[in-house]
Amino acid sequence: MKLTGKAHVYGDHVDTDVIIPARYLNTADPVELAKHCMVDIDGDFVSRAQEGDFIVAGRNFGCGSSREHAPVAIKASGISCVVAESFARIFFRNAINTSLPVIECPDAVRDARAGHGMEADLKAGVLKNLTLGKTYTIEPLPPFIQELIEAGGLVNYTRAHLENN
Amino acid sequence: MTQKILAAHAGLQEVRAGQLIECRIDLALGNDITAPLAINEFERMGAEKVFDRDRIALVPDHFVPNKDIASAAQAKQMRNFAHKHCITHYFELGRMGIEHALLPEQGLVAPGDLIIGADSHTCTYGALGAFSTGVGSTDLAAAMATGKAWFKVPPAIRFELTGKPGPYVSGKDIILHIIGMIGVDGARYASMEFTGEGIAELTMEDRLCMANMAIEAGAKNGIFPADTLATQYALERAHRPGTAYAADEDAEYLETHVIDLAKVPPTVSFPHLPDNTRTIREAEALRITIDQAVIGSCTNGRIEDMRAAAAILKGRKVHENVRLIVIPATQKIWQQCVHEGLMDIFVDAGAAVSTPPCGPCLGGHMGILAEGERAVATTNRNFVGRMGHTKSEVYLASPVVAAASAVAGIICGPEYLSKEGAAK
Repeated sequence: MKLTGKAHVYGDHVDTDVIIPARYLNTADPVELAKHCMVDIDGDFVSRAQEGDFIVAGRNFGCGSSREHAPVAIKASGISCVVAESFARIFFRNAINTSLPVIECPDAVRDARAGHGMEADLKAGVLKNLTLGKTYTIEPLPPFIQELIEAGGLVNYTRAHLENN
Repeated sequence: MTQKILAAHAGLQEVRAGQLIECRIDLALGNDITAPLAINEFERMGAEKVFDRDRIALVPDHFVPNKDIASAAQAKQMRNFAHKHCITHYFELGRMGIEHALLPEQGLVAPGDLIIGADSHTCTYGALGAFSTGVGSTDLAAAMATGKAWFKVPPAIRFELTGKPGPYVSGKDIILHIIGMIGVDGARYASMEFTGEGIAELTMEDRLCMANMAIEAGAKNGIFPADTLATQYALERAHRPGTAYAADEDAEYLETHVIDLAKVPPTVSFPHLPDNTRTIREAEALRITIDQAVIGSCTNGRIEDMRAAAAILKGRKVHENVRLIVIPATQKIWQQCVHEGLMDIFVDAGAAVSTPPCGPCLGGHMGILAEGERAVATTNRNFVGRMGHTKSEVYLASPVVAAASAVAGIICGPEYLSKEGAAK
């Protein structure tokens, strides 16, 4: 499956407090959370974001709190993929568990500007900047992680595990 | 140390960095923000019962006493789940505390344990020689259902501590100093392993505070060897010694940093990242006025922190332009403050003393900042908007610095108060 959309570009150390501030954590409803996604760093994000769009960011994306509400809010905003120079570990883990595609690709981050067209083919391991006509190779994820994502996240994976036992 | 604990819980002789393993867990933790999402996922997994009702801890601590109707509903959802599954370690308001101060105090942690929690500061328990790390709600859901979690074995970075900390230098100053040195992603994905003779100079509160903030350097966990002090601490509370793991002589490290504790100055993190550190002298020179001071949180709300703050506040008054909020981290610590006369000192000084929620640390409630306001806090994060408005500022510091700053009205250390007093 190919993911395609426009880039929303951010810098280094985008923390989960700005992705979804604690004042909105009195709900776990993805639709409600999406209404406030990125609000403390980019007030227009919610109105700009369209189905399929990409978030492209620098180092240590998703640092700070373990709130899974962060990848949930991003996904519910229509974002199909987050590309960063590097990810904070809990965010990366949460993204995989909730099947939000995340790609570490410093070269693509360096080239991308807000509004650039992006395309990712996770199976083929290819990321493209359509505006610049550039193609990047993605490091494949370990087989176990791929299995988790293909199962649709940890919920489905665990459900299958529970049923087998 | 970390790799040995992970290997023991994966049923393996040894593991290597980068390996993906599945481990059995000794304890899984959730709170009133993360557990509701986990409970939804638990149900979506089709799980009918928890793997072990004695190995799950549920603590309402972030938005309690309930701050609004929505958060009340979240607390209720967790309470109902705890009752339905007869969760042994559910801590109701009035019998609770901030989770990472509460669990060690209540004897739920011992050396060698493997603990996951749906809260990033779960890494706190490394102070007792346990492996503990923050995960998300779905991980918590899976752990509650199966008693297992997947991990990528982290590489280790060694921090060899030597010497003895100077006056007014606590675990908070040491960990802020280290984060300032290596950066907020300086230990990303790695285990921060503290070693060296300097550890013997650190109290359990110092170590809990340091392990707590390992996540602020991006680490998976922070861990101390379980020495006599840590083992004794666990024995008195958990009534079991646990298993003490030591690093091998030839253990592999990504990096080794040698830190002479005698040279660590009182340290303050300026907005808006914990690695933006200055020494207290540099901060004092800037004469930064504050509107609020917060002494508490899972980082610095323990009894030693309360005592340190009270020693500064005794016989002094909070500055007229400052609101000082003191939050003892557990009911037990709160009561100790009463018994030791600390509560009188806080109230006489003009501080508000709160029941233990995480509250202002994450901008939840009980001390939100307005636009343009500035706080010094013993909490753990100073991100944009962390304690309130996106144009408010948080400076991270130790309890003595927060207490002294509350008195002076500007960010300063206790020695500044003495000098100022002498000048008058």
